[in-house]
Amino acid sequence: MEGAHVMSGLVLDARGITLRRGSQDVLRGVDLRVGRGELVALMGLSGGGKTTFLRAVAGLEAFDAGALSVDGVSLQPGGPPPAAVLKALRRKVGMVFQFHYLFEHMTAMHNVWLAPVHVHGVPRHEAERRATALLDQMGVGARAHALPRELSGGEAQRVAIARALAVDPPLLLMDEPTASLDPARRDELGDTLARLTQSGRTLLAATHDDDFVRDYADRVVVMADGLVVEEGAPAAVLGSPQHPATRQLLSQKERLNRERGRS
Amino acid sequence: MAAAPAAAQPHAPETELRWGGDPEGGSPFVEADPRDPARVVGFEVDVAALLASKLGRRPRFQSVQFMSIDASVKRGDFLIGLSGIEDTPARRATLAVTVPYYEFREVLTVRAADGSRFRALADLRGKRVATLGGTIAYEILLEAQAAHGVAAVSYDDDVHPYSDLALGRIDAVLLDHVLAEKAMRRERGLVTQPGTVAVGYYVGVLDRRNAAVRDRIDGILLEAMRDGTLEGIFRRWGMWNDDQPKLYARVLGSDAPASPDPIGQAPAEGRQDALTAVTRYLPALLRAALITIVLSCLAMALAVALGVVVASGRVYGGPLLRAGLTAYVELTRGTPVLLQLFVLYYGLAEVVRLPAFVAALLGLGLNYAAYESEIYRGALEAVPSGQLEAARVLGLSERQVFTLVRGPQALRLALAPMTNDFVALLKDSSLVSVLTVVELTKQTQIFAANLGSWVVPGALCAALYLAMSLPLARAARRMEAKWKAPTS
Repeated sequence: MEGAHVMSGLVLDARGITLRRGSQDVLRGVDLRVGRGELVALMGLSGGGKTTFLRAVAGLEAFDAGALSVDGVSLQPGGPPPAAVLKALRRKVGMVFQFHYLFEHMTAMHNVWLAPVHVHGVPRHEAERRATALLDQMGVGARAHALPRELSGGEAQRVAIARALAVDPPLLLMDEPTASLDPARRDELGDTLARLTQSGRTLLAATHDDDFVRDYADRVVVMADGLVVEEGAPAAVLGSPQHPATRQLLSQKERLNRERGRS
Repeated sequence: MAAAPAAAQPHAPETELRWGGDPEGGSPFVEADPRDPARVVGFEVDVAALLASKLGRRPRFQSVQFMSIDASVKRGDFLIGLSGIEDTPARRATLAVTVPYYEFREVLTVRAADGSRFRALADLRGKRVATLGGTIAYEILLEAQAAHGVAAVSYDDDVHPYSDLALGRIDAVLLDHVLAEKAMRRERGLVTQPGTVAVGYYVGVLDRRNAAVRDRIDGILLEAMRDGTLEGIFRRWGMWNDDQPKLYARVLGSDAPASPDPIGQAPAEGRQDALTAVTRYLPALLRAALITIVLSCLAMALAVALGVVVASGRVYGGPLLRAGLTAYVELTRGTPVLLQLFVLYYGLAEVVRLPAFVAALLGLGLNYAAYESEIYRGALEAVPSGQLEAARVLGLSERQVFTLVRGPQALRLALAPMTNDFVALLKDSSLVSVLTVVELTKQTQIFAANLGSWVVPGALCAALYLAMSLPLARAARRMEAKWKAPTS
């Protein structure tokens, strides 16, 4: 199953992905490749298709045309994947949602060991031990027995990352990971993510936060109107944007900063 | 009491004789005129017309449930109750009772096939014998229950005992010969035993404050016995027989108007006797409370199980299944549970003869399942879809998403409205008395009818309901608190 892609170092290989919702073309032929250990930032104006693309990669939404491969698992267009493919995909992709979506009736700890025990058959004590280690690693070990509603936004997010990592997926998708974080917390997250990529994990994060992208991403991909319009090293793309969508994105940010009196 | 129209209007001269009766009792007592349902006809209507004309008033009929006549006349809803009302010691103690104007015999009716087997109550050990609740016949059955081991079954009306007898749900009916004769014309395959189990009398009842009016009415009735007016009325309704002239002779011959001794239990008078009555009825009330709680728990269990299935079908099912389940929910919620109980028990009797308790359990369970399913559906849909997607991405199967993530959270959301429904069900279970199940409210009604007062039985009944519902609410609050705490 794991052949050429792994050899070539590609964890995500998306070619010409299109996705329609009703009469609206949400994705119009997205090409995106992410190599092992990379942290790729997906930028673009709201409605550009970033979140939809992540959902398609996670198998939450079927795409209409193109080819998608995640660490050797290929998804076909035109409908939900067969159960066997979906099962294989779940081992390859983890996802951290913008609003975390922790299971509200379970402690942080229980959120983390749920899937290893019930999906992968890991013995409970072993899963709990690993969950404790993951929560410690994320800096929320002290909150292991708290309920999601008792956690701050940053804590909830780190628990959500731990939950996604508990099943050890090669590719981790993140939707707006810095949205609920203050600058100090954002740097903590950046350092955490950098550690993950160093250990071979691949990260694809949809974000509006260009500071975060400059500081932590290996590469930035800009999407507009359902297409990839520009990509490259963050310093180059954000320093001298070529595409109007990228410029609009940055000017919007500058205007916001001026209004806040920071520029 | 202040607004009581009959008793508390001494100033304005009365132009109407307001009288109460139960038109469900039917012919020949009081029934809606088949040609003009707005009017009532029956011998009691003729008696009321006679009394009204002699009093110089217009008769005005007030419909009332048979078992509520005594309480209603005390409230002043009408001046006099006339509805085949029996002369009992309890009535004489608490109401102003007229002279008896008709003598009836309590007779035993059985299926023709059992005619030679069940000749008297003593032959009916272990068999179900039915009658109308709150009557002398019911008292006689309770005594026979103790003496001969028959099972007394109480009905709210005098039609269904006979139809259930024909269907084989019960084995005998003890009631007035007037009702028995009427039923024999209606139902086939029944036979009424010639023996007389007891003798009773029909009287009119008034509030004690209206004793003066009662005396005038007694005068009118005595006059009507003398001049043959009453004979004419009873002949017109095919009820005249040799017993009546003897009764009239006795009544007219005695100085005291109500000479024949009424039958039935002596009434409880005074505090000491009320206490005796309470101790006498408490075991029956506790038994009835047990039936209430067992019925409610089983019905709720059925409602919860079925509610979960219906809600899951409506959330996860295809369009056809969803439409069918929606129709079930709307039909069940949109029609009275009383109607559903009648249809289950009496309506389906030709097809499937459900025992009363089973019909009651099914009726309440099916009805509440519709409400429960709506609670669960709302609760299932209240769990954020993002959590379901998060669970799917983690690799949980749809079944695991339901049992590990969606279901447990929905259950927590549903707990408070479910507790609410259980308490409501506990009280709605009183409706099953229409299916002859004697639960707490019904037993209280019987108790009150015999005692001639609602105060003590009502308070006892309320205390028993609270004793059942309060711990329930407490248990639910505890469970809620426990569920708010984290799972390990």
